[in-house]
Amino acid sequence: MKKLINDPEAVTSEAVEGFVRAHEDLVVQLDQLVVARAGGAVRGKVGLVSGGGSGHEPLHAGFVGVGMLDAAVPGPMFTSPTPDPILAATRAADGGAGVLHIVKNYTGDVLNFETAAELADAEDIEVATVVVNDDVAVEDSLYTAGRRGVAGTVLVEKIAGAAAERGDDLATVAAIATRVKDSVRSMGVALSACTVPHAGRPSFDLAEDEIEIGIGIHGEPGRRKIPLASADEITDLLLDPVVADLGLTAGESVLLLVNGMGGTPASELAIVYRHARRRLEEQGVAVRRSLVGNYVTSLEMQGASVTVLRLDDELTELYDAPVATAALRWNL
Amino acid sequence: MTTPPAAAPAGPGPDPAGTLDVAWARRFVAEAAQVVAENRVALSELDRVIGDGDHGENMARGFAAVTAALEKAETATVGDVLKLVATTLMSTVGGAAGPLYGTAFLRAAKVSDAPAVDGQGVHSLLDAALEGVVARGKAQVGDKTMVDAWHPAVEAAAAAADAGGTPAAVLRAAADAAAVGAASTDELVALKGRASYLGERSVGHRDPGAASSVLLLDAAARAAGEA
Repeated sequence: MKKLINDPEAVTSEAVEGFVRAHEDLVVQLDQLVVARAGGAVRGKVGLVSGGGSGHEPLHAGFVGVGMLDAAVPGPMFTSPTPDPILAATRAADGGAGVLHIVKNYTGDVLNFETAAELADAEDIEVATVVVNDDVAVEDSLYTAGRRGVAGTVLVEKIAGAAAERGDDLATVAAIATRVKDSVRSMGVALSACTVPHAGRPSFDLAEDEIEIGIGIHGEPGRRKIPLASADEITDLLLDPVVADLGLTAGESVLLLVNGMGGTPASELAIVYRHARRRLEEQGVAVRRSLVGNYVTSLEMQGASVTVLRLDDELTELYDAPVATAALRWNL
Repeated sequence: MTTPPAAAPAGPGPDPAGTLDVAWARRFVAEAAQVVAENRVALSELDRVIGDGDHGENMARGFAAVTAALEKAETATVGDVLKLVATTLMSTVGGAAGPLYGTAFLRAAKVSDAPAVDGQGVHSLLDAALEGVVARGKAQVGDKTMVDAWHPAVEAAAAAADAGGTPAAVLRAAADAAAVGAASTDELVALKGRASYLGERSVGHRDPGAASSVLLLDAAARAAGEA
């Protein structure tokens, strides 16, 4: 294992410290491992909190700032944070209008956020929760812990963040977050595994000429291993189940997100985007908004995911609204 | 002067040899911390195969924190100790195991807030812990989770307690049944937790949470002083 680290146990804390110092105009670190907006909670605005295991940067701390999250809770590498820092983040995000927890659907995240929400409730902070589960790779969600939350989470955070910023109340922000969650689907592929620093070896095994279709963001297995194919062929394998699951039809408008898993060159992501966009347009689907880059990563994993969000006028307007975070910035 | 009837039985009242007190609870924590530390790598290895490979690390970190917290704490009852275990695990373990064990110990603490716990009391405590795990994790027997260790453990504890068993005997019965239950997860397809994404590929591997549950129940039995 070759990594640019000091101590495997200190990776998360040192990375958060560096991140916060690099973006001191946007964020501060609280006593616990919590990244919050510089300037604190906005009075009268619904607060947005997300979090989860580290290793998916820029998710979630990279999305703290005006127009998106109020606080993020980075857990240990690939491990959910405990209820204490989630509660601290919830307090920091509470401007008196309640707090929305945006949780990716993993057993640990759900349980720890649930416990933190109970603790917040005992302090009279109103909490609503949306659990993001956009990963269509999980086919039999009845017989598993359900579909996982992956790259679609960024879009939930962006659009719900804009709703909170324009002054919507907690129920409305939660309803919009739920609408995004219900309208977004993703599927990913891994060309190589990633190595958790304290584990010291790859989290799963892939042969030199093998790829895993439907990979999760922690290296959880997907639908199947197949031999390496061309970018266009792989893109089809990712896009088709997403389009089918959304039930997209000609004439609809979408946002297309091609997300890198951490170890994929921008050029390869552009090649995936090129084909996905062509395929959607061939089906009469209008790609109104696009996002291409590393947003929800899996350490140094080589791979990508394709995410499609069905857009309506309101979701488009909220997506376009100003945002100022470390990883997304526009229309300021 | 009258003498009490010599044949009067002690009855079901407090019997120093037949109950567990706060000292047992503290011994249990020490035993558990040791055995979890010893099995840190083994538990993480089970987890690497069908989860994310950190169960041993997380549990070892949690019980080290429990040991440190207990050194500084005043505890009068079994419940006091178990509550401290609960809150410390919840705030240090993370993952799914933190809230699951945290809730289990919290529920057990609620029914053991007494200076002494007898055989039936041990069963109630284990039963409350299982209810906590099920309430939080919503898993059932056969889902390949820690419930597959806890459910038979509680059944065995009930039978041992009903037969008039000492707390040590009740805990031993529970630990042994948990070990059989954990072994049964080898052949199960995971339906809950991260291992569920493996589907059929989870068969042939033991559930890490069931394995750590056996370690804890066995530590509790050994702390109760059975041979």
